[in-house]
Amino acid sequence: MALDSMKEIFEAMEDQGLPFWEVILRADMEDRQVSRSQSMAKMLTVWQAMSEAADNYSGRRRSASGLVGGDGMKMRQYTLRGKAMTGGYVSEVIAEALSMAESNACMCRIVAAPTAGACGVLPAVMLSLCRREKLTQHQILEALYVASGIGAVIAHKAGIAGASGGCQAEIGTASAMAAGALVALRGGTGEQIGHGVAMALKNLMGLVCDPVAGLVEVPCVKRNVIGAVNAVSAADMALAGIESRIPVDEVIDAMGEVGRRMPVEFRETALGGLAATPTGQAVKARMQKP
Amino acid sequence: MLNLFDILGPVMVGPSSSHTAGAVRIGLMARSLLGEPPVEAAIHLHGSFAETGSGHGTDRALVAGLLGMQPDDLRIPGAAQEAEKAGLSVTIDTVNLREAHPNTAILEVRGASGRTLELQAASLGGGRIMVNKLDGIEVSFSGAFNTLVVRSRDVNGVVSGVTSILYQLGVNVANMSVCRPKRGADMLMVIEVDEHIKPSQVAFLNELPNIISVTYYDKEEEDDGTGFDEGDL
Repeated sequence: MALDSMKEIFEAMEDQGLPFWEVILRADMEDRQVSRSQSMAKMLTVWQAMSEAADNYSGRRRSASGLVGGDGMKMRQYTLRGKAMTGGYVSEVIAEALSMAESNACMCRIVAAPTAGACGVLPAVMLSLCRREKLTQHQILEALYVASGIGAVIAHKAGIAGASGGCQAEIGTASAMAAGALVALRGGTGEQIGHGVAMALKNLMGLVCDPVAGLVEVPCVKRNVIGAVNAVSAADMALAGIESRIPVDEVIDAMGEVGRRMPVEFRETALGGLAATPTGQAVKARMQKP
Repeated sequence: MLNLFDILGPVMVGPSSSHTAGAVRIGLMARSLLGEPPVEAAIHLHGSFAETGSGHGTDRALVAGLLGMQPDDLRIPGAAQEAEKAGLSVTIDTVNLREAHPNTAILEVRGASGRTLELQAASLGGGRIMVNKLDGIEVSFSGAFNTLVVRSRDVNGVVSGVTSILYQLGVNVANMSVCRPKRGADMLMVIEVDEHIKPSQVAFLNELPNIISVTYYDKEEEDDGTGFDEGDL
């Protein structure tokens, strides 16, 4: 089965009496012609790579421009001092999203989810939840299948590259994947996963891709935070029974439409937005000096 | 076509799937198709690779691939030093190509035996790549399959000679292209296959009449799931 729309996943759940994650697992087995064990073993290596990336963060590395590094550690220390207004889970999510995105900018090993620039969103919400609640590895893999299935649908219907659809396509998609994963981890229904995805995407729609000096640093690292926190609020809303008034597939189509009509200056070209500010231009000039 | 692990993956060294992970794969492809470790490489960067390549580590990523590293190799940031250790000398400059994908690199490589290869490839996003030219001849393949590159003289029966051997080896051809720049010039076959081909089999193909060279790219190894038990989770 091709993962062409959320509706198709919902219908497969209904027809075959399967949970969301298992529909995605079977789609992968069919698509790549692999066994259940092969697919799940590979998903486990993805999770292990995410966990290792988080464990290896020290806060000491700096990026190519020198603008990125150390903020994940600052947020963690601030949280530990009990100062954070968000506190608890959400503070940890913020710190983890910063840390992972910084690791990417500093040439450490990460997992693109769905892109390298948005690699902090999904692990931030999942790793932080794992530290607070007892989750089995099976539950974690289930959530990762849910997340990747959502990402596959968005990739098919709208696209996941900043160069084609702006930041909404990268951080927006990551946030939708993370929201779906959280709803699944909390035992939400397929319908609730759909509402979580829809609300996460709606709230980041229109976000432009405007990387300073064309690098995956500013504002990408901090955008991982809004993607992650947005996912938590969307998942909580969905689990509370709040529904997206616009069906999820229509939201994804709208996001694709917004991306296609987005001026080229706001699609990873570093010609607009923050990249075009005087400070952004100064960073670019400094980077281009031999 | 994206698979599930293009969405959740690749596991890679940052910062960019196109400018870093894809660049490693381009380097690896050049190393494989040269058929031996390169000792000399001239790298030419085009478009966005030229403009933002140094900030994304594209230069180091391409060198890392030439050294045989995978996209998740932690030695990628230090690839320049690794190249020195491995006896690979590298020059890097920028080029302006007409009608090329913005993330394009040309790699001119030479092995210790004197064999050379010029490869032009683009990084399409998400770490996926497309090889556009080999030694100036237009091609189109992505490394999603095991890929044989056969150079031969332009004589009758060479293609069937190669494919009949593949048939005898039980190797199924997925895609195949045959190109010669002009009549009587040397010919280039790109054959994408489903099965893995052993080094001894590549060597055997090399011995066929009228063959100039055969090189082979083995696609990235998949975990076969051995030892995994869902009940243990």
